[in-house]
Amino acid sequence: MCKRQSRSISSWLPVAGTGLMIFVIAFPAWASLGGDSASIQADQLQMRGTRQTIPAESYTVHEIQAATGVVVREYISRDGKVFGLAWHGPWPPDMRQLLGSYFEQYVQAAKAQSVSRMGRRPLMIDHPAFVVHLSGHPRAFAGMAYVPGILPPGVRAEEIQ
Amino acid sequence: MRALRILFIFAILPAFMFLCSCGGGSSRSSSSISPSQTITTSGTNVASISVNGGPLGNYDDAAFASVTVCVPGTSTCQTVDNVLVDTGSSGLRILSSALTVALPQQNASNGNPVFECFPFISGYTWGPVQTADVEIAGEKASSAAVEVIGTNTPVPSGCLDFGLPSSGTLDALGANGILGVGLFAQDCGADCPTTIYYECPSSNCQGISESLAQQVANPVSLFATDNNGVIIELQAVSGGEQPSVSGSLVFGIATQSNNALGGATVYTANPTSGNFTTTYNGTAYPESFIDSGSNGFYFLSSSVSGVPACGGDASGFYCPSSTANISATNQGTNGTSRTVNFSIANADTLFSSNDSALADLGGPSSMSAPYFFDWGLPFFFGRNVFVAIQGQNAPGGTPPYWAY
Repeated sequence: MCKRQSRSISSWLPVAGTGLMIFVIAFPAWASLGGDSASIQADQLQMRGTRQTIPAESYTVHEIQAATGVVVREYISRDGKVFGLAWHGPWPPDMRQLLGSYFEQYVQAAKAQSVSRMGRRPLMIDHPAFVVHLSGHPRAFAGMAYVPGILPPGVRAEEIQ
Repeated sequence: MRALRILFIFAILPAFMFLCSCGGGSSRSSSSISPSQTITTSGTNVASISVNGGPLGNYDDAAFASVTVCVPGTSTCQTVDNVLVDTGSSGLRILSSALTVALPQQNASNGNPVFECFPFISGYTWGPVQTADVEIAGEKASSAAVEVIGTNTPVPSGCLDFGLPSSGTLDALGANGILGVGLFAQDCGADCPTTIYYECPSSNCQGISESLAQQVANPVSLFATDNNGVIIELQAVSGGEQPSVSGSLVFGIATQSNNALGGATVYTANPTSGNFTTTYNGTAYPESFIDSGSNGFYFLSSSVSGVPACGGDASGFYCPSSTANISATNQGTNGTSRTVNFSIANADTLFSSNDSALADLGGPSSMSAPYFFDWGLPFFFGRNVFVAIQGQNAPGGTPPYWAY
């Protein structure tokens, strides 16, 4: 029998990540989508979480585990821009905080999808300026967001997870 | 925080340390060819359900039931029809616009009325938590907390910040309510964050920690008998689509002569998330689930599944040029596993008809990991699916579980 710990970090690490350095850092450093890592302060404080930093080849991943059980992973390019976010947890995160300047557009796009066809299904917004996906069910949500225009060269959207 | 404090709690944690090996011979496998299905139609624990497009006639692949709510302890009752049957959530929610009976309000200890913002991926429900005797078939949940959706009370920021659309109207919900008969006894659970429940004095709702006993409850868990779960029994769809399909919502598992587990296989679910594992093409996806409230097979991404996605009006669905036959294996946390075969048809073509029961409707569930399978309503066609509630006793395994 396999004892799956579905909320463990392992589910979200790429297999290729063997040997990655992982640090848990207890200071706030966090930004919203499209934001600048130099200004990152607010989100981790709001989420009252702990943060990990996972360096990758062309970007850094910051992971915050919030008190609510939501885990957010933030993808920061070498030039300090948050180009992608991924999250999972029992409940959706504070999307206003995570999406920042994209939040209002996201709300409008989510509303537009909901009226386009009746039915309960994953939220898949593929706007030219930004992408947001949300899926799951109460007690287990997951989602991701990114800005296509600032994906670092060679980075695929599928890496944001 | 006065200064930067850097704590190196971990260093160099190879990812493989976390990986779970799932080999071995403990799993059972067999084909998914279902034996002849028997749908129970009589009994005090049987409610009829129908996949029929719902109250607006525009809802593909959703099952609807009638639910009676009463002022607790009285015969002041109302039957609400067209309530969506949802195994992906727990608790009864009814649109205020569909409700004519005045139910008593749940108040916090300080006397302020309690409200709820409940998030679904398709939208949030916002409204007061009220108390009702909930009656379905011959069963009764006395003084159950229910959510009344749609209210003039302003939505608090903690709810709006989910960024979800409102499901507060008939046009948005496509149903008169949601009957959550999922794996849990309460809707939110022991670690419920303060963004779900609120107390609302005359102005400015404040988030609260709602106790389990006060949370909106799965009414089945409050029944006097037949309270350990449900069976969803829907007819198979012939020819891929039909205008409607009928079936039964049966209460209790192995509590009566008409709800035995029989030959169904039990798949236990993660007790925190309610998920289990689906394996496709050699890769295990441990965040998968069965959900009658999802209106299709939602799984993987187009690039991982190899099934082309639709553009235009059917965006969010799969649109293969010819019907795709898919095989995947479900595995419970108890190690039991079996293969499921299903088909995905072109959603553009499916939507061109007026049929409401579409056996082969599906779409992608995500575009990056964690990929998973959401076994939505089409999974239920022609297959009796048991849902056993956490904390209750049921045969064949420890709930929460599914069996089919």
